[in-house]
Amino acid sequence: MGIKEIQEELIDDFEFLTEWEAKYEYIIQMGKELPLIDPRYQVEANLIKGCQAQVWLHAEYKDNKVYFTADSDAIITKGLVSMVIRILSGHSPKEIMDADLFFVDRIGLREHLSVTRSNGLLSMMKQMKLYAIALHSQITGTE
Amino acid sequence: MSTSLVMEELDLIKIRKDFPILSTTVNGKPLVYLDNAATSQKPWPVIRAIESYYTSLNSNVHRGVHYLSQKATDAYEQSRRKLATYINAAFEHEVIFTKGTTDGINLVASCFGKQFIGKGDEVIISYLEHHSNIVPWQMICEEKGASLKVIPINEKGELIMSAFDKLLNSRVKIIACSYVSNSLGTINPVREIIGKAHALGIPVLLDAAQAVQHLELDVQELDVDFLAFSGHKMYGPTGIGILYGKESWLNKLQPYQGGGDMIKTVTFEKTTYNELPFKFEAGTPNIEAAICLGNAVDYINSIGLDKIARQEEELVEYATAQLSLITGLRFIGTAENKASVVSFVIEGQHPYDVGFILDKMGIAVRTGHHCTEPLMNFFGIPGTIRASFAFYNTKAEVDILVEGVKKAITMLA
Repeated sequence: MGIKEIQEELIDDFEFLTEWEAKYEYIIQMGKELPLIDPRYQVEANLIKGCQAQVWLHAEYKDNKVYFTADSDAIITKGLVSMVIRILSGHSPKEIMDADLFFVDRIGLREHLSVTRSNGLLSMMKQMKLYAIALHSQITGTE
Repeated sequence: MSTSLVMEELDLIKIRKDFPILSTTVNGKPLVYLDNAATSQKPWPVIRAIESYYTSLNSNVHRGVHYLSQKATDAYEQSRRKLATYINAAFEHEVIFTKGTTDGINLVASCFGKQFIGKGDEVIISYLEHHSNIVPWQMICEEKGASLKVIPINEKGELIMSAFDKLLNSRVKIIACSYVSNSLGTINPVREIIGKAHALGIPVLLDAAQAVQHLELDVQELDVDFLAFSGHKMYGPTGIGILYGKESWLNKLQPYQGGGDMIKTVTFEKTTYNELPFKFEAGTPNIEAAICLGNAVDYINSIGLDKIARQEEELVEYATAQLSLITGLRFIGTAENKASVVSFVIEGQHPYDVGFILDKMGIAVRTGHHCTEPLMNFFGIPGTIRASFAFYNTKAEVDILVEGVKKAITMLA
């Protein structure tokens, strides 16, 4: 499934969760199900510092695909992180680089990306794209 | 006076009507504003004064002979007098308009530090300080080769005064300490600090950002050398604050910002500085905010700071009692003397998550480290959930907070 299709699927999951409680219970649940980052990657170098919540992000490149694992000390952030990982992990650097993350607006999560939320999510999304761009330029540079 | 009488003393329905923003709805629910330590809301008299300034008074101060300039200057200086009276300064020229507490502390750290702090000297601050009363001193200490010493705290979030005694010596050039902790609400024993410091001839700066709106404050009785606070935390506009300094100290200090209004004469060879307070007010000030801060003082006086303090005390007591019934809730900061702040964590939950869910219920609290990272490190936590009260808050709002915290715990479990 492509990045666009996974987002559509996620948006469908949220369609009936109209009350904020239901929506966030779902996000919290996803946070709990997020495969934990290997503790050896939960290090300062992989830390994306928000003002309040912290996010650890690790990327692995295998067979022209990038695999992300992550963790956060805040459960709502972790839920949001798990969504981004579900969408972007396992795709090529080019696909990740070009991805339009429209699910944020469609699910009504824009508020999490505001500067004052400082939950590390925005920085994490930027970081994932940066990994992809770096990898992509490496690949195209060596071709 | 029994505490139950206080609620009757203040007509909260009437008072809340003075603050139009309190009728805001958030996510379809009535706003419960419990982030007053970050900034307080503004009453109609202040809001109207801001409009009135721009519709009938706007002109630059201390510059023109024309009608409006005179009127604006009179209002600006009248506000200075109101502030001087509010803190009982001996002279109104001891009251300097700044941008806020941070600006005032930076002014003293910079001007005092330049002249009186040297290599090997020491500056004492406390563990409870806001970053704005840490970083300016760190900067000047680094520049001068001086060192920063910190008064430690106990598990309740109170200064350990026996340790303070040990920090005092002839190398200490100044002590900078908060009156009330922004994160925990601890009221520090400032009289004792000032007394002991003065016995050794050491001046004291108090960060009163969390004190002036809650406690009656008399700079002469305190005998404090410098005292800084912000307008926006005392129902006034943002971008304005006060630095009080004893005349003798302010006269000794050289200004650190040059510009208009702070000069007496300027030639390319030599500039002579204006007298107090103008020496420290370079450039066109925030005239509107300075004037309207005077309206905020009038408003506080019309309610009565004693009544305000009692109402807030009662809210803190009630909130502490109600929140303490929640399993897994741990208070951070349990000092004997506290003002207006209740800080806590929920075991196993990140403050950010709790704060986010509370926001969904229309409850505004502050979560995070509250610009006191060293303090959070002391307690080994990433931050707290902080409810901070103003006299316009009600017990019903405390009940909503308590229900909100319970709901957050259920959702996050």
